[in-house]
Amino acid sequence: MSETTGTPTGTTPAIVEIDSYSINFGPQHPSAHGVLRLVLELDGEIVERADPHIGLLHRGTEKLIEYKTYMQAVPYFDRLDYVSPMSEEHTFALAVEKLLGITAPDRAQWIRVLYAELTRILNHLLNITTYALDVGALSPSLWGFEEREKLMEFYEAASGARMHSNYFRPGGVSKDLPAGLTDRIAEWMDAFPKFIDDLEGLLTTNRIWKQRTVDIGVFTAEQALAWGFSGPPLRASGVPWDLRRAQPYDKYAEVEFDIACARNGDCYDRYLVRVSEMRESLKIMKQALAKMKPGPIKVQDRKFSPPTRGEMKRSMEALIHHFKLYTEGYHVPAGATYTATESPKGEFGVYLVADGTNKPYRCKIRPTGFAFLQATDEMSRRHMLADMCAIIGSLDVVFGEVDR
Amino acid sequence: MADEAPAVEAAPPPPSALELLGQAVASVPGISGFRIESNELVAHVARDSLVAVTTALRDDPRFAFEQVMDICGVDWPDRAERFDVVYNLLSVSLNQRVRIIVTTDAATPVPSVCSVWPAATWWEREAWDLFGIVFDGQPDLRRILTDYGFEGHPLRKDFPLTGYVEVRYDEDRKQVVYEPVVLTQDFRSFDFLSPWEAMTTLPGDEKVFTERAEQAKG
Repeated sequence: MSETTGTPTGTTPAIVEIDSYSINFGPQHPSAHGVLRLVLELDGEIVERADPHIGLLHRGTEKLIEYKTYMQAVPYFDRLDYVSPMSEEHTFALAVEKLLGITAPDRAQWIRVLYAELTRILNHLLNITTYALDVGALSPSLWGFEEREKLMEFYEAASGARMHSNYFRPGGVSKDLPAGLTDRIAEWMDAFPKFIDDLEGLLTTNRIWKQRTVDIGVFTAEQALAWGFSGPPLRASGVPWDLRRAQPYDKYAEVEFDIACARNGDCYDRYLVRVSEMRESLKIMKQALAKMKPGPIKVQDRKFSPPTRGEMKRSMEALIHHFKLYTEGYHVPAGATYTATESPKGEFGVYLVADGTNKPYRCKIRPTGFAFLQATDEMSRRHMLADMCAIIGSLDVVFGEVDR
Repeated sequence: MADEAPAVEAAPPPPSALELLGQAVASVPGISGFRIESNELVAHVARDSLVAVTTALRDDPRFAFEQVMDICGVDWPDRAERFDVVYNLLSVSLNQRVRIIVTTDAATPVPSVCSVWPAATWWEREAWDLFGIVFDGQPDLRRILTDYGFEGHPLRKDFPLTGYVEVRYDEDRKQVVYEPVVLTQDFRSFDFLSPWEAMTTLPGDEKVFTERAEQAKG
């Protein structure tokens, strides 16, 4: 980037000194994964200090939620981490259920598990492929997006929307799966391992891929814990920690799966963890499909979940319930909870304070990528500028979530 | 908020693991007591002893809270010390969580815990940005989420939802300009506290309730 031009003739300097200088990485850089402005202090091509400036996508979600009823707050969660929308809804739904003291019926819980894992695959597909794109491999993203498209069709079939699904609600899910969808998901699940093999064929033993990622951005387990890591980056550092296993929610206590874990904590291991997590997710989805029984998909208490259209045509009470739910919403008893789930990126938490009215008093969202991004300074120190792309890609940050 | 979950009274026989942890946490000097709220452990900490308490919670093998997952503010404008600063801690090795709460007002700084967990820095910057909570000993207390040059602390309850300024691109001046917010329609806030659910005293019934309250007293 900066070249030391020739010195005036006659003088020969013994040492050419290059002062450290700063550059802006982003906010409109393709490998900044959205709107990250990274102020990098460089010594030649070596990163001395990275100062991420975030907030360029700040929309005041937490403030907006304070002015919406609990049901109206759900769609805001889709728009946080728009790569894994249902996982974010999941946390909020669980938090509200905890304060209300209700439990979703079995079928709803299995649907949530199914779709949470589907979302995990959706997320990892985007992350791995764009991460590969950042370090120069184009094909994975072309292949991966085709698979993502199929998954988004499953989203659409269940909820009516490809991305912002508004599907997991406090008390269950918004509607039942349409007939035949589970068969189509099962069919896709049979074909998908072949795709993972192909993807691995492109990357796992690829010489260039390994040169760009192995031993880059190494974080030890101690560092990862101190910096508040969770999810795949924590597991890549050798901490077998997974909220689905440690603090199970919904039906995760009833499914069998292995926690994908690696040892070195570098960019390559974070990739490997995600790949094997996709295989584990398939395992969980298979069990969810097998154990799912027909039944109600939301709590049958009409104070919390709306009646069916047909019921509303016949029963005055159902009509009143519907009207009350969609204007006033339900009142949540005063209390507070910090509920966290294992979203595809890591621990996604909601600290919800209710004051007894129909709107949250405070809804703090604990984004996963926030902690990762904070650690980029330490993680990238004395790395080359080009490694920055690999590090950001391997951490899987999405700015809808980080900036809120 | 002050209500305790009924689970606290309902378990006199063997204390649950969470209660044992709560008793252990409450024995740390600086923590006044604990309560269990929807199956989560909450403890209030005196502001001055925050760093000592958090260091103890991290280093004591009974607690081993290696991670601070979240630090956030909550605004209660009616209180003398209007802000709660809430720390959600997680122990990966012992699989337990605790929530510690410190109160402060807009002027009094809270000791920073960035020396205990480096991850605290950005959370504290966020609490400063959104609530104006000052952290003592935090070397990097810049704004983090709001715009460059932003004024005010948006998550305070007295900050309007629409904010004070809006941004647009000015074609004449060829630059982005900030202007005061102009609303074509007043901000609408519906009062949904219907008499059937929220109003404990119906109009005209006040006398019954005052009598009842007096009877309960004497």
